[in-house]
Amino acid sequence: MNLVRNHVLISIDAGTIMAGARAVEKALVEEINKQGLSGEIAVLETGSIGATGQGVVIVVYPEGIYYANVTPADAAELVEEHLLKGRPVKRLIMTEMPKQHVIKKEKTGLLREQPRIVLRNSGVINPENIDEYIAEGGYEALEKAFTDLKPAGVTKEVKDSGLMGRGGAAFTTAMKWEFAARAPGDVKYIICNADEGEPGTFKDRLILEGDPHKLIEGMILAGYAVGATKGFVYIRGEYALSIERLEKAITQARLYGLLGDDILESGFSFDIAVMKGAGAYVCGEETALIESLEGKRGHPRNKPPYPVTEGLWAKPTVVNNVETLANVPEIVRNGAAWYRGYGTDKCPGTKVYTIIGNVATPGLIEAEMGTTLRDIIYEYAGGIKDGKKFKGALVGGAAGAFMGPEMLDAKMDFVNLKEYAAVLGSGAILVMDEDADIVGMLQSVLHFFRHESCGHCVPCRLGTNQLAEIIDRIAEGKGKTEDVDKLVSISEVMRDTSFCPLGQSPVLPITSSLRFFRDEVYSRVQ
Amino acid sequence: MDREAILKKFEPNLSNILYIMHDLQDTNPERYLAKEDIEACADYLNVPYSYVHSVASFYTMFSLKPRGRNIIRLCESPPCHLMGAHSLLDYLKGSLKVDVGGTTKDGMFTLELTSCLGACGVAPAMMLNEEMFGNLTPEKVDAILDKRRKEI
Repeated sequence: MNLVRNHVLISIDAGTIMAGARAVEKALVEEINKQGLSGEIAVLETGSIGATGQGVVIVVYPEGIYYANVTPADAAELVEEHLLKGRPVKRLIMTEMPKQHVIKKEKTGLLREQPRIVLRNSGVINPENIDEYIAEGGYEALEKAFTDLKPAGVTKEVKDSGLMGRGGAAFTTAMKWEFAARAPGDVKYIICNADEGEPGTFKDRLILEGDPHKLIEGMILAGYAVGATKGFVYIRGEYALSIERLEKAITQARLYGLLGDDILESGFSFDIAVMKGAGAYVCGEETALIESLEGKRGHPRNKPPYPVTEGLWAKPTVVNNVETLANVPEIVRNGAAWYRGYGTDKCPGTKVYTIIGNVATPGLIEAEMGTTLRDIIYEYAGGIKDGKKFKGALVGGAAGAFMGPEMLDAKMDFVNLKEYAAVLGSGAILVMDEDADIVGMLQSVLHFFRHESCGHCVPCRLGTNQLAEIIDRIAEGKGKTEDVDKLVSISEVMRDTSFCPLGQSPVLPITSSLRFFRDEVYSRVQ
Repeated sequence: MDREAILKKFEPNLSNILYIMHDLQDTNPERYLAKEDIEACADYLNVPYSYVHSVASFYTMFSLKPRGRNIIRLCESPPCHLMGAHSLLDYLKGSLKVDVGGTTKDGMFTLELTSCLGACGVAPAMMLNEEMFGNLTPEKVDAILDKRRKEI
């Protein structure tokens, strides 16, 4: 191994590729070779470092200097000045730093620095190199599971940790596992739901792009606990880079004997296949996803039976979200007690958020459960863009709830938000400044549901159309007060009678928008 | 690649149907699933034509009518809406002289809308074929489309 004096990490994710990261990488490598530094300087690819909208981002270690908006034309100067002469190039240094590892306690007023559990390796390691994951303690949990814990011990650890599903429904993860483990049958499946389609959410994409082995390890552990030998990752078809990275990681894991027959000579066999979706929001619903995996239209199934007893090809099946599974290796490795040290009593651990819209630094963050909306917006995301005032936020995606300034000090976790008739959902936080138009936002939400209704049940198929027509009328200034009442009553009927969560969802954005922005909505009708 | 060769890449299991249709559509010069594509897929998987058609028509990423050589998919979800996707849509409609779902006269572009692409950090965003573009403005969209025109 060469003695490398500088590591140049270049963030390669869908966003930076868009900004030309591959060309910058090529230019840097060429320039380094030209200066004869190739033995001393290593250029490594890594996942997202959490900043978006700042072009191509690179980090130079050991100094830890972040550069933003780098172009191929800057390569010569960066190599000559920083890497050869040791003088950082001031004009390119990132001014809006991503809140990567920890936020100092003095800043947030919270009790301690903010940790990263799920995103610990993202933007730090090269996701295409299994050795780097292993060097960070990767696959240690697997050894611990096979030698000390055994299947029941893995489930117990996850149960004691209090981990809840991070896809939006917040069901206790260990309970799903126990149901499936107890269900009769020799063939069982683990499915990872990576059909991330909730508007405003891209956390699973960045976990997959930044640390795919964490998901693989989590799936193996789930399979071991449940007694499943086969896993599927259902990824949405638009996520080309996630699919590519995950497939590479699976191949590497097989080479290392971490997937396949008799993993680490434990006698346990498990393998993973990647399945690509084709654009259907409803396939994020677990039974619709299973139908799609079987090669059918993605219509949701009748429940019960639940997938844990009768899922994929009628076999017991656990369906977990990417972020949920990515928590599992850390829980098993460090223990439930360690995990419970983060978050709140009822909702331990952290949550990965995508914070977007009118904020200074949109991006991906990980914060403890129970962090307030105010801290998330003002500490993590740098506050409202251009010094404007906060008007509200849409939390949890299209199926989420609008929140007004009154909610800024609400503690964000699954249980607490329920008390405010709001949800954490997928963790998407869309921030709106004073200029945002609530009717326009609601219109966009309701158009989304109209487009994504799968047509299987009447209340949703007709209801989503009605809601979209009514909001269009209101947006055009032709609405009447009765129209607002109709929005509420139709969505309530849909909540009570729709077949799956999709049709039950529009009521929340509608009623919450009226709760916080009643006057504004009514000012638009006659 | 001909249809036979594409089909042979996959085991004839129903669970491969989405993969097969993705590949058939991507290799069709008019970027859609033609009657012949659906027939070939149905024969290979040993299911009725109507079955494959029903699956193909369910998923947004598949088209059952011919499209242009390039597919523009503009995101219209709330995050992109907030950041100005609507005015971009009006702009695209005007400059390409097509409606949503339409193809330009020269067969170069088809304009489509899509739900969230997960590129919300750089909203408003769109995909041109498999490539993602963000922080869009009318000027930027013009530059992207001009570049594509010149590449062909």
